[in-house]
Amino acid sequence: MSHETTAQHDEHDDDHGLGHVVSYGVLFGTGSILLVMTIITVAVTYVDAGEMNMPIALGIAGIKATLVALFFMHLYWDRPFNALVLVASIVFVVLLMIFVLMDSGQYAPSVIKGNAPGVQEVLSIDAPGAPIAEQSQIP
Amino acid sequence: MTTLDATRPHDAKPGPEVDNYLTFTRGFLSWALTLDHKRIGLMYLVSVLGSFLVGGIFALLVRTELLTPGATIPGVDENLYNQFFTLHGAIMVFLVIIPSIPAALGNFVLPIMLGAKDVAFPRLNLCSYYLWIMGAICAVVSLTVGGFDTGWTFYTPYSTTTSTGGVIPVVTGVFILGFSSIFTGMNFVVTIHKLRPPGMTWFRMPLLLWALYATALIQVLATPVLAITLLMLIVERVFLIGLFDPAMGGDPVLFQHFFWFYSHPAVYIMILPAMGIISEIISVHAHRHIFGYRFIAFSSVAIAIFSFLVWGHHMFTSGQSPLMNTVFSLITFSVAIPSAIKIFNWMATLYRGSISINTPMLYGLGFIFLFTIGGLTGLHLGTLNTDIHLHDTYFVVAHFHYVMMGSALIAMVGGLHHWWPKMVGRMYNERHGIIGFALVFIGFNVTFFTQFMLGSHGMPRRYYDYPSEFQIYHVISTIGSYIMAAGFFWTLYLLVQSLFTGKIAPANPWGGRSLEWQCSSPPPHDNFKTTPSVGDCYDFSVVRWSEEEGGYVVDRNDEDASKPDH
Amino acid sequence: MTSIPANPSDQADDHGHDDHDHPHDPNLAHHFESMEQQLDSGKLGMWLFLATEVLFFGGLFAAYAVLRARNPEVFSYASHYLDTMMGGINTCVLILSSLTMALAVRFAQQGRKTLLVICLWLTMGGAVGFLVIKYFEYSHKIHDHLVWGGAFYEPVDEAQKAQLATPLVALDAPLVDGPKEANASEARSIALSQIVNQPEEAASSIKTAVLGPAGLSAAPAAAEAAIEDKESDGHSAAGHLGDPEMPVGTHLFFGIYFCMTGLHGVHVIIGMGVIGWLIWRSQRGDFGPKYFTPVDLGGLYWHIVDLIWIFLFPLFYLIH
Repeated sequence: MSHETTAQHDEHDDDHGLGHVVSYGVLFGTGSILLVMTIITVAVTYVDAGEMNMPIALGIAGIKATLVALFFMHLYWDRPFNALVLVASIVFVVLLMIFVLMDSGQYAPSVIKGNAPGVQEVLSIDAPGAPIAEQSQIP
Repeated sequence: MTTLDATRPHDAKPGPEVDNYLTFTRGFLSWALTLDHKRIGLMYLVSVLGSFLVGGIFALLVRTELLTPGATIPGVDENLYNQFFTLHGAIMVFLVIIPSIPAALGNFVLPIMLGAKDVAFPRLNLCSYYLWIMGAICAVVSLTVGGFDTGWTFYTPYSTTTSTGGVIPVVTGVFILGFSSIFTGMNFVVTIHKLRPPGMTWFRMPLLLWALYATALIQVLATPVLAITLLMLIVERVFLIGLFDPAMGGDPVLFQHFFWFYSHPAVYIMILPAMGIISEIISVHAHRHIFGYRFIAFSSVAIAIFSFLVWGHHMFTSGQSPLMNTVFSLITFSVAIPSAIKIFNWMATLYRGSISINTPMLYGLGFIFLFTIGGLTGLHLGTLNTDIHLHDTYFVVAHFHYVMMGSALIAMVGGLHHWWPKMVGRMYNERHGIIGFALVFIGFNVTFFTQFMLGSHGMPRRYYDYPSEFQIYHVISTIGSYIMAAGFFWTLYLLVQSLFTGKIAPANPWGGRSLEWQCSSPPPHDNFKTTPSVGDCYDFSVVRWSEEEGGYVVDRNDEDASKPDH
Repeated sequence: MTSIPANPSDQADDHGHDDHDHPHDPNLAHHFESMEQQLDSGKLGMWLFLATEVLFFGGLFAAYAVLRARNPEVFSYASHYLDTMMGGINTCVLILSSLTMALAVRFAQQGRKTLLVICLWLTMGGAVGFLVIKYFEYSHKIHDHLVWGGAFYEPVDEAQKAQLATPLVALDAPLVDGPKEANASEARSIALSQIVNQPEEAASSIKTAVLGPAGLSAAPAAAEAAIEDKESDGHSAAGHLGDPEMPVGTHLFFGIYFCMTGLHGVHVIIGMGVIGWLIWRSQRGDFGPKYFTPVDLGGLYWHIVDLIWIFLFPLFYLIH
């Protein structure tokens, strides 16, 4: 409980009162790093790193997000359970993504693009372009 | 150990001195704008039961229509029939079962059981109730603009192309109901974390609170995915984005992934609090310390976590890849472990208990029986090869009715009987309660056990017409549904009757040990006049019958309370 | 008898410090014991809400991932229609407004009213700036028909209209399906699928689809060439429909782009409402070292809006 609160009555001291008062240095430092990283992530786009471009961009975004969460959102000084809540939500998003991507990657080759041939006949629409059936041939 | 009739021998009147949440303030606005969790819980209860009536009427219409092959009710054609079962499903899932235990019963008992004055965010709680009302209104609006016949799952691309005009209103309604559910969940998590009074440690909490906590975690973590899915569905239908429509390069299986990422955990939003209620009912009415407290508590959390990993078992035949089918089937089986842990612990609690066979206990025992059937048939459906045969048949319908209705709703009704004296301060007629249980239990099994046979013989679900050899099963099932309906109307009658002629309830009619039995019935506005004693809430050795109270009393200064806890 | 519950006076001593300190604090709700408990509860509640926000956007991110994994060529092609400069400036605007919001929380904690109000106004300015830039981006895209689904295939000028006349006949159906217009909408959907799945492109699209998630960034050579064109003259007279290099299903990119940035924009607007309310309360002098919960929680909300944009920016604007 807040014994400090009772001890320091009306002093607006940086280290007392409810919650943690973040220093100017940390706030402006975090802000500057975020701006610099934004420039870096744009610059990196012009370099062809093959398949690594997206992981690099997401990595930088991840670092930026971590900085925001830790210092702007006070998680660094906050109760660990609050951080756990955020991490849990991200874990579940990643879980959803991984399962969906795995599944989609597996069945994607067998998906027929456009309407299935039967549907088109039923609706008797004249198809401009090639018959849909030809497009659905999977090697 | 005790008599069945726990009411006072003499018919005492409630003294005017009693500070009681029902009479604390008066007038319509004092209810409509109340921040008292007990009143909000009661308003939820009335609203949920009203929706249950509407959803039940649609169920009876569906069952009646299926009495004979082809058209049965004059004027009900295939399209109207589709709307009936869709409405029955959507109302029962989103308006009844999901809010029934957490929002109605949970709102009422959670802060009292915890020893808190209210939930952490009372205004958010009221907001959640009005969101529920708005969601319900949207569902009604959808009926007036053409209804909807997509099934409660809103599968694309049908839901984006069907000509029934009510799809967007009802999807908006479910979207709003989702936020109602999220707010309840947030409230419960924060309440349990931050408002535990001194002495109420995590492992002294009644198991219902553990179950509600696990439920609330699911509500917070799963429901937003449903919300965004429904939003995408609306956008897709209005703007033709192409996310889910294969004609536009989209992927309908993606919709199912999103939908079940919420809707499978939602099954546990329904069943987990029911299990919590059963833990209370079984131990209180068997007057025996719950067996394996920590196992039951942790199994609730384990089920909550597992619930996020099994959604794919709804998609075994939807074009999901074989790899994911295998993974999901495997994880699905593992859910049986924490569920079975609970069942065995309840059985062990009953063993050599001093069992009072009264209405709540009968619903509790009924739950164990029905949930076991529902759970075990789930294993048939989780097996990949049998699911090929059984998917989309009445076997599935019977399975999830055994779990959602036979378990979740039966527990809800049992809990309602259990806490009814606390909520309204009156005892219901015990004999009438047992008759109500018998009707519901028999009617339920006649209705749905038949459907297991129908399904394994190949009768597909959601069909309007069927070959005549299935008729005998359908007739039996329909008769069962009438018996069940009679049981529910009877229960409604006996509960309403108790309000007028019931005996005045003592503070502790059943011999419960948790905190809600230590405040008066009905509870005062601030729940407790004096700080309640927090002991082991399942130690019934200190509970004794008191003739002058007309109920049980808990001897304070027991050895548990003297243990230092921090 | 060391029982805490059985002895209420002990308990008051153990847990009632803040009550004794300022028993009549008007900002303390009746069901909380202390201001600290109230702040902690508010924060936990807000974090739970932020978790729901993460999952809310998470669904769209998952949809994005699937679309991109299956249509990598679409994403690397269409991304170059987006203005990296504007996106980059917007990122900086949001980061700066996050900084001023964090400063506002600090000043609220210190009870420095003037600085608090200034910082909140600056944050509000950042939000407005973000939306103004977004408005220019959106109106440009909408003008060029670089939009979702069916509208993407609306011709830009007369020449294109003639060129695309045949398949577009069925497109005249209204956008929103009424009960009676189902067939029209289905017909429209069919007609669109003809355009969407142009035969000469189908083969290549299937090939890239087979690549699956591993082929995320492997843009086909043809698209690379198109990229150079787009960068030199972003909006040629023929518009996007006249571009022979346009891969199948390019509308999907703009569909998910408008979904995600649009939802984010809605959050920015809600955030502006929250900040406006905070400014009003700050000017009234509500906040000080003992009570700053609303500023703190509003700040958390504003940071999550920033945090989501931090991911949206590289995922849409910075595709190589």
